[in-house]
Amino acid sequence: MLIKQLSVFVENKKGRMAEITQAIADAGVDIRALSIADTSDFGILRLIVNKPDDAIKALKEAGLTVSLTDVIAVGVEDKPGAFAKAVKVLSDNNLSIEYMYAFISRSNDQAFVILRVEDPQSAVAALQKKGFEILDTDSIYNL
Amino acid sequence: MGNYFSPWVECASRETMREMQSRRLADMIRRCYEHVPFYRERLDQAGIAPQDIRSVDDLSKLPFTYKQDLRDTYPYGLFAVPKDRLARIQASSGTTGKMTVVGYTRRDIDDWAEDAARAITAAGGTKEDYVHVSYGYGLFTGGLGLHYGAERLGATAIPVSSGNTKRQIDILRDFGSNILCCTPSYAMYIGETLHEMGVDPASINLRAGIFGAEPWSIEMRLEIEKLLQIKAYDIYGLSEVMGPGVSFECEEQTGMHINEDKYITEIIDPDTGEVLPEGSQGELVFTCIRKEALPLIRYRTRDIASLSRAKCSCGRTLIKMSKPCGRTDDMLIIRGINVFPSQIESVLLDLNLVTPNYLLVVDRVDNLDTLEVQVEMTGEMFSDTVRNMENIEKRIRSALLSALGLAAKVTLVEPKTIARSEGKAQRIQDNRTL
Repeated sequence: MLIKQLSVFVENKKGRMAEITQAIADAGVDIRALSIADTSDFGILRLIVNKPDDAIKALKEAGLTVSLTDVIAVGVEDKPGAFAKAVKVLSDNNLSIEYMYAFISRSNDQAFVILRVEDPQSAVAALQKKGFEILDTDSIYNL
Repeated sequence: MGNYFSPWVECASRETMREMQSRRLADMIRRCYEHVPFYRERLDQAGIAPQDIRSVDDLSKLPFTYKQDLRDTYPYGLFAVPKDRLARIQASSGTTGKMTVVGYTRRDIDDWAEDAARAITAAGGTKEDYVHVSYGYGLFTGGLGLHYGAERLGATAIPVSSGNTKRQIDILRDFGSNILCCTPSYAMYIGETLHEMGVDPASINLRAGIFGAEPWSIEMRLEIEKLLQIKAYDIYGLSEVMGPGVSFECEEQTGMHINEDKYITEIIDPDTGEVLPEGSQGELVFTCIRKEALPLIRYRTRDIASLSRAKCSCGRTLIKMSKPCGRTDDMLIIRGINVFPSQIESVLLDLNLVTPNYLLVVDRVDNLDTLEVQVEMTGEMFSDTVRNMENIEKRIRSALLSALGLAAKVTLVEPKTIARSEGKAQRIQDNRTL
């Protein structure tokens, strides 16, 4: 139930983002979701892609620093309050969230939230118990 | 023609000086041979007996001493006196975390004070003056050097030490400082702060400044003189030889007079060791003919300069050296602190986090030196969270602070972005125009 997310080190230099996104494009990889955490000196670009191994290969060849992190993808009803409920489940179970980002899919009226949590297995169990859908790799890649 | 602190030495004839130097050199070599095992071995190896050294002309027969020799005999291996005659220990930063340790007898301290008193006098200082010492006090020789010089002169020493610029200015204003002693970049900083505070430099009693411990240009001198409304004098020294005051500028300001009654000076070709004629540029070498605790024979400073015996309008006959215009090694001086890139490399390698691919970017912002250490990322280092990445930067920064005494900015850069080179890697990018 864990999704492989790519993290790319982005030095705060002109043209860096263009270089990264081009490398991914040239490898024929499709980006499903992305987020960037920035500081004054560098950023960490986080990507969910449909072909992570190809993406890693392409990025490494382009001389970039990239790693894989396990994250979970939670399906949330696209209506007010739905997300707050999910976050409450984690908080009630003392599960801390490292970071998160969301995206909306075309196929159904669900929103998806990518979460990196301290203890992913417990998070998955807690959320599923409260009726939240945890998407697997295939579901994400085939949205 | 100004005042001289030691007129009989500072204006001595060439013959008198040569005779004094020869006598002292012969005595020094005998003392080194008898009391310093390291030197006895060196001299034996070179086939030199103390009685072979009778005059200054015999100097070039003697072997050189290197900084490495001090490191190898750390801490007290080159001292020529027993513990009960040591009055003081001082030290300066060295490579691989080892300090360069020096020692002084009572008489050495007096000699050093005399050197510094000559320097203060040459800058126009008298018994009536308040000498404001903003060099650091402690193991480093800057603060205590100028302090003892001021007291020896009979002037009034104000031991402010460095830092807390607002307080420095309060003291300059309220205590009536006449002569300021600090690094040139700190003098600039004080000058700028004075202006920011709206204090008119004419309203403080500063007349002159004695600045050293780092390289500085004519432009910087003019700027300091304008900001503080003073005359700015250069001073040179190194703790291995004594401390600040080995040489000093007079009012003519065309070089620094070396206290050659105590330090015989040579310029050599750094590659061959050949002694070069007057006027040539090369490595400065000092022989400490008067020192008791740590008499060094032909100590190679790694500073590049030239010597001149041209007549000086100040009336002093002491040989003059040019401002040092470079190093034979890669040492940097940042905010008055000696920094060797290899020190930084050791710190990075010890942390076991990073590759040894780094670049030191030195700059000057608002008249203070800055150091940025750019370190290449590796796959292992890379963490998905900003927090962990910042932790890595923080750990490197605090390791550098603890090893160097210098706060550096740490920037993580992408792999392979720091230029590689054949042979010795270019580790330093010094953007300062000194």
